[in-house]
Amino acid sequence: MKEVRWATRTRVAALLILVLALPALAAILAACGSSSSGNATLPGNGGTTSPSAGAGSTFTVPPRTSNAIIGAGSTFAYPLYSKWASEYQAVSGVNLNYQAIGSGGGIAQIEAKTVDFGASDAPLAPADLQANNLVQFPGTIGGVVLAINVGGIGQGQLRLTGPVLAKVYLGQITKWNDPAIAALNPGLKLPATQITVVHRSDGSGTSWIFTNYLSAISPDWKNKVGFGTEVNWPTGVGGKGSAGVAAYVQQINGSIGYVEYAYALQNNMNYAQLQNKAGAWVKPSLASFAAAAANANWAKVPDFDLALVNEPGATSWPITGASFVLMQKEQTDAARGKMVLKFFDWGFKNGRAASQSLDYVPLPDKLVTLVEHTWSTSLTANGAPIWP
Amino acid sequence: MSAIPSEAPNRPRGVATATPRGARRFADPLFHLTVRLAAASVAVLVVAIFIVLVLDARLSIRTFGLKFLWSDVWLPTNHQFGALSSIYGTLVSTAIAMAIATPLALVIALLLVELLHPAVSRVVGTAIELLAAVPSIIYGMWGLFVLAPFMGRHVEPWLSAHLGFIPVFSGPPLGIGMLTAGLILALMILPFITAVARDVLRMVPQVTKEAGYGMGSTTWEVTRKVSLRYGLQGIIGALFLGLGRALGETMAVAFVAGQLMQVKVGWFWNMNTITSTLANSFTEASDKLFLSVLIELGLILFAITVTIQLIAQVWLRRVGRSLGSER
Repeated sequence: MKEVRWATRTRVAALLILVLALPALAAILAACGSSSSGNATLPGNGGTTSPSAGAGSTFTVPPRTSNAIIGAGSTFAYPLYSKWASEYQAVSGVNLNYQAIGSGGGIAQIEAKTVDFGASDAPLAPADLQANNLVQFPGTIGGVVLAINVGGIGQGQLRLTGPVLAKVYLGQITKWNDPAIAALNPGLKLPATQITVVHRSDGSGTSWIFTNYLSAISPDWKNKVGFGTEVNWPTGVGGKGSAGVAAYVQQINGSIGYVEYAYALQNNMNYAQLQNKAGAWVKPSLASFAAAAANANWAKVPDFDLALVNEPGATSWPITGASFVLMQKEQTDAARGKMVLKFFDWGFKNGRAASQSLDYVPLPDKLVTLVEHTWSTSLTANGAPIWP
Repeated sequence: MSAIPSEAPNRPRGVATATPRGARRFADPLFHLTVRLAAASVAVLVVAIFIVLVLDARLSIRTFGLKFLWSDVWLPTNHQFGALSSIYGTLVSTAIAMAIATPLALVIALLLVELLHPAVSRVVGTAIELLAAVPSIIYGMWGLFVLAPFMGRHVEPWLSAHLGFIPVFSGPPLGIGMLTAGLILALMILPFITAVARDVLRMVPQVTKEAGYGMGSTTWEVTRKVSLRYGLQGIIGALFLGLGRALGETMAVAFVAGQLMQVKVGWFWNMNTITSTLANSFTEASDKLFLSVLIELGLILFAITVTIQLIAQVWLRRVGRSLGSER
């Protein structure tokens, strides 16, 4: 009995001593640690310094191996660049690591020089390029089409003009049988359905091209809304991504929405014809996008700062746009810079079939010449041009 | 008695001989240090996040000042921003979600613990835990392709026809907006609250309940006066867990919000929440002010969350005290 009590007492005492001794022990160890430097397991030394060392190493740029290019940005161009990348790797052994993090992210990454090139669906203004010492050139071209869901109206039957479209998106035309629409479509039986406007809810290069078109064609739109990757839409519902817009257009009777051409094709959506600058009615197709790209006057604008909207030419689709590539003007490594340019040179010349199979428009020859001229004049490493 | 003095008092038994000398010297301090660093890292992270948010939001704070909080202007093309519609959307959609999920979750939890046959309860309980594990993007896709059209075709037209005199049941009945977002949030937090509430109610001692029954109480009386009272603190904790998730939920809402940057009373209107705005705008926001605005929105959400946590803590303490005094 007595022994048991003693046993518990010693146990408590031992525990107490342990608890009291521990901080002292830790202090002694810490002192030891500082004297015998280099031992990483000692808490006073390795324990406290390792987090800061770790923090330093996490902010380094991704590893740049000699045969891999790193790009980031536009989600719109992602399918094309990744297809080019796999084909190009087969012929050249050079690997492209492209992260589709969105145009804003692509711009931020190239400004921070963490990638070899950035990709943006909207061009940067010359002043912004200047400020960040960047060069910009178009990488691929695509079209934006108007998908509609109106009972009784089939593929490509509905005709719209830019001013009418702007009024629809301003909320000024609200019924499908509005006289303004009926006047353009004498043969069609238009229902008295409410028009539901669908737009993107997220910031997007597609919105940039579309609002650019509306601004070009309607002073009213330009004053009230303007253009941008994200604008204050006067009316309508917002769908997240092209998939969201496509879903809403398919769900809501009487709706109209703008999507990239490939999305309208894949989802088998009815699209509308538009009247172009020449007054002709055009249907969206790779040929009509290519016509817009070919008829645009690229040489007149600095830094390719151009939306291919409302371009002249009888066959031009009026809502066409390019996706852009951004590079640092002054390359730190001439060989790396040249590797990126070689990739795009190969894509412009040998990647045309790949472009068309994915519903992108290859750059016209004249434009490729212009782009490569820009490379040779604007991109340098240690003061020397890196192209050709 | 005789065995004890033979051991040195400062030498714990077992430990002394079981491990080699070198390891003993380092093992415990190392363990303590690791544990402390782990604990400190949480506090450091919270403070670090706060500091980074404030630093990166400086441009926006300096440009718009406090007016940012109650302005609902949102013109990215003109560099004019206000957070009101985002704050409003966040709070109202969360309130709708809590109003729907709280009673449902409590009823389900009580059903599982008190009424269902244990075997059935186990199956249903597992199903609820599975629901809690479904990623939010799945809820978002389901909301976009299934719930939104259903709401637009059936629920919202019915509501506006029969309950249209209530101002909140107005707006274009397209199935995209505040009501659908609130409903999706409710569905997402329901399994969370249910699972925690069930575990809390399960811990009510059987003896206590039996005492209630022994005094002639009905099941309802025992549930209300014994089980719910006993588990009140835990249930409040469960509710705040759900509330926190609803406030911060991003993808599911982003898909059905519609992203209208205005304050609308009607629940059928498109709306936005702080997180849906971040998800929708962040990837394409290239100019510095816009980015800074988005980060300030994050800071506001951080502040809202901290405030709610504080309220929860204060409330829990008060409930604990009142229960303690009555027991």
